[in-house]
Amino acid sequence: MADPMTQPTPPTPPHPTTGLEPQAALDAEMAAISSSYAATLDATGASEAGVRRDYPPYRSSRLRHPTKDPHQVDPEGIELWSPVFGARDVDPLEADLTIQRGGEPQGERMVVTGRVVDGDGRPVRRQLVEIWQANAGGRYVHQRDQHPAPLDPHFTGMGRCLTDDDGTYRFTTIRPGPYPWRNHHNAWRPGHIHFSVFGTQFTQRLVTQMYFPGDPLTALDPICQAVVDPAARARLVAAYDHDVTQHEWATGYRWDIVLTGAHRTPLEPEEDA
Amino acid sequence: MTSTPTSTPTSTPGQTAGPFFHYALPYDGDHLLVPPGSPGATWLHGTVRDGEGTPVPDALVEVWQSDAAGEVPRLAGSLRRDGRSFTGFGRCATDAEGRYGFSTLVPGTPFFAVAVFARGLLHRLATRAYLPGSSDALLDALPAERRATLMTTEDAHGLRFDVHLQGPHETVFLTYPGEAG
Ligand SMILES: [Fe+2]
Repeated sequence: MADPMTQPTPPTPPHPTTGLEPQAALDAEMAAISSSYAATLDATGASEAGVRRDYPPYRSSRLRHPTKDPHQVDPEGIELWSPVFGARDVDPLEADLTIQRGGEPQGERMVVTGRVVDGDGRPVRRQLVEIWQANAGGRYVHQRDQHPAPLDPHFTGMGRCLTDDDGTYRFTTIRPGPYPWRNHHNAWRPGHIHFSVFGTQFTQRLVTQMYFPGDPLTALDPICQAVVDPAARARLVAAYDHDVTQHEWATGYRWDIVLTGAHRTPLEPEEDA
Repeated sequence: MTSTPTSTPTSTPGQTAGPFFHYALPYDGDHLLVPPGSPGATWLHGTVRDGEGTPVPDALVEVWQSDAAGEVPRLAGSLRRDGRSFTGFGRCATDAEGRYGFSTLVPGTPFFAVAVFARGLLHRLATRAYLPGSSDALLDALPAERRATLMTTEDAHGLRFDVHLQGPHETVFLTYPGEAG
């Protein structure tokens, strides 16, 4: 993104063995973008609620983000609706990631729950939520994950559920570990759970990631920091909730997901309840 | 619940799907909205390319569409298809050459709604794949070379729709009012 406030960072030598840039180089780039954003916010009051499409510190975005402005349209026809998912699609047991492989996975058992609501605060009912994540050691069940941490024979790391009539989803899983990646030298993703969410309209389709409170790696992570507004970034972080925590069983986290506004005038009576 | 307006919550930002969605999001029959070769079936397909024209082998394409009569499908069963019900939703991970394809019906309305996800894409991209010969307000508002990026073309297999994430042939991607910038 053309940004006059962002100074080019001074060249930093790559790591002698990996050839990758040091974290300090990334930190300087991210700090420059943050201060530029803060200055713009001060001057104009225009906050950015979303994630930047173009965020150079996330190196693999370089050739993959659109460079032309997106074209704004009023949604029409099929875009005003979402696919319907039902009991046929999702077995309730798919919401428990700790029972999929015939044994207890290693790690901190946790419950993560929250509500999916639209931009007007209305619950998104009986809609599909999919998650995927690394195991407690930070390893994905994916052939391209080369992180030398152990696979867990009792953990796959994918789950699905349907929201209930209040828009609530709920998963039982294992707290995912951080994992290294090659964005730069000694790059580590903070622990996170990938979420895929449908709304009442296809325009609300969202794929995102949930982070954990107090994780020191989020400040170093170019994917998380691509949400440049601190308040917006905080909406990606779950809250520890002792009321969700279960006695002698699992810790509990709460994370609500707010989709963009719905454009279709509600027609189904239950949507007005 | 009362109808008293409360403070409008602000939407949750998107994040990239990353490289490791393959064991979670694809599913058996995800790209087969209708059985291949069944009456009325077509093949909506194309290649996803990056800003240098290189195929993107780790993208995920979703399609959502009306049925052949132009009705919005209201049937469950996209994740576990019964081979008879047309649910209107499909999903396809690109292959090693960046290709995706859907066995589906030609919608009775002008376009397929398309969503694209990938490592390196921080937010999902939304676009429309229009049937050949379509015309509407959005298409009319675009210069010819930009309009062409939204048009499917007929080929020997069915309907072709390539996606260019960036570059001179960059696909027109859409935002909707109220979407976070
Ligand atoms: Fe991840």
